[in-house]
Amino acid sequence: MRVIPAALLLPLILAGCKREARETRLDPPVAEALGGVRVMANGISGQPPMVNAAQGEPYRNNAYQLAQGKRLYEWFNCQGCHADGGGASGPALMNGWWRYGPDAVSIFVTLRDGRPNGMPSFRDRLTTEQMWQLTGYLQNLGATVAATAAPSRNDAMQTRPAENRAPAMGALPVSPDR
Amino acid sequence: MSAFLLRCVLPLLLLAGCSGWQSALDPRADAAQELHGLFWLFTITCGIVWAVVMLVLAGALLRRPAAARPEEERGRAERRSGRVVGGAVAATVLVIAGLTLASFFATRGISADHPEALVVRLRGFQWWWEVTYDDPSPNWVFITANELHLPLGRPVRLELAAADVIHSFWVPNLAGKQDMIPGRDNVLAFTPTQAGTYRAQCAEFCGLQHAHMALQVVVETPEEFGRWRATQVAAAAAPESAEEVAGRAVLEGKACAACHTVRGTAAAGTLGPDLTHVGGRRNIAAGMLPTTRGAMAAWIADPQTIKPGNNMPMVPLSADELQAVSAYLVRLR
Repeated sequence: MRVIPAALLLPLILAGCKREARETRLDPPVAEALGGVRVMANGISGQPPMVNAAQGEPYRNNAYQLAQGKRLYEWFNCQGCHADGGGASGPALMNGWWRYGPDAVSIFVTLRDGRPNGMPSFRDRLTTEQMWQLTGYLQNLGATVAATAAPSRNDAMQTRPAENRAPAMGALPVSPDR
Repeated sequence: MSAFLLRCVLPLLLLAGCSGWQSALDPRADAAQELHGLFWLFTITCGIVWAVVMLVLAGALLRRPAAARPEEERGRAERRSGRVVGGAVAATVLVIAGLTLASFFATRGISADHPEALVVRLRGFQWWWEVTYDDPSPNWVFITANELHLPLGRPVRLELAAADVIHSFWVPNLAGKQDMIPGRDNVLAFTPTQAGTYRAQCAEFCGLQHAHMALQVVVETPEEFGRWRATQVAAAAAPESAEEVAGRAVLEGKACAACHTVRGTAAAGTLGPDLTHVGGRRNIAAGMLPTTRGAMAAWIADPQTIKPGNNMPMVPLSADELQAVSAYLVRLR
């Protein structure tokens, strides 16, 4: 008799597939709305675009979007300054210390407009969707608690813990500024 | 009667698939010729073996059962079937050994490398091909995409690599399949023996757009190849009309330049196909669309509808910018 409730529970597993749903084409109006962040006057934190919440925050919760962010991290040579997240000439991205705050808007604005002391602007290099994908990935990289979605592991050896092993905190010594 | 005739004739139409620009049964290079010979040797030998086995099986089924035969005949039949089984075993050993040897010699002939071969490096990406022509003098080295030109009669050495996942390079008319594996380069050597345009297709499932990862191989006379090479080595054509000048500004100023290179301009990205002479290629987007201005504009306007999942983003452009950039790109011959 226990078989029946177990069988009824099985379809629940299918809910897991949603995590990987691939939205390959973003409608242009949505893409435009994604650029509509309202940032505070000091360039730190602010209000994320409403459409992000309406979409269900895919850039934080969808493995495909996170994997796109991971690809862009490599393609646009973020390693050049930030290494694999451990930091080099640029600050580390995974020790829990964010110069401009850990929220998505700050990271998005950093990517879009650049920051003093060397962070370039990617406004004319990435689309807003790509900047959100990168933002989601960076939040995932520096997450201090386990996330429900993560990009896949690297094929090669990596110098930091894999993103799908959470949390990343503790892998590096905590910044002395903190 | 006519229906019967039709039924007999229709399967013959299938034979039409045996020739054409993407067929292993229409060999146009030495390596493909070897494989073609091997294919027919195997098909005919195995066909004969199958026919003989079927005949023997039919004979055995139709034969009078042993119990119905007289005593003295049974002993003779026993000895005879012993000889038949012995003969069949010997024939099997001979046939398999013969086919193994034929296969060995054919494959050995294919992998023979030529010291004066033209070296071309092919790199598989999701979902397009990067083609690099190597040369001892660096000013003759150039990169193109999705189109491979080869001189007729000259041995070629293709060095196959992959950037992301495993792909497989296969031009059925010219050579056998060879995998492109990240971190492990493979080599494919052959000599084209007939001019023409052939189609290659990624032959290893590599993701969403695997089916739309085609490459055209153009085999041409050495003179034509030399001319083509000279145009490819040159920097991109300068824009002429005001619209084309505006198009170049769009290409350099917008996200295009982050991934694409047009030699002679500020665009120097290396993540997408090199566009220096994109207007001179027959197709864009790895065989998806012909290189016309309309197709170019359609592709730039909405790459994710034409080829969902590919790595080219939809870059927001105004109508004028789209017009200008497509006019400029098809000019880059």
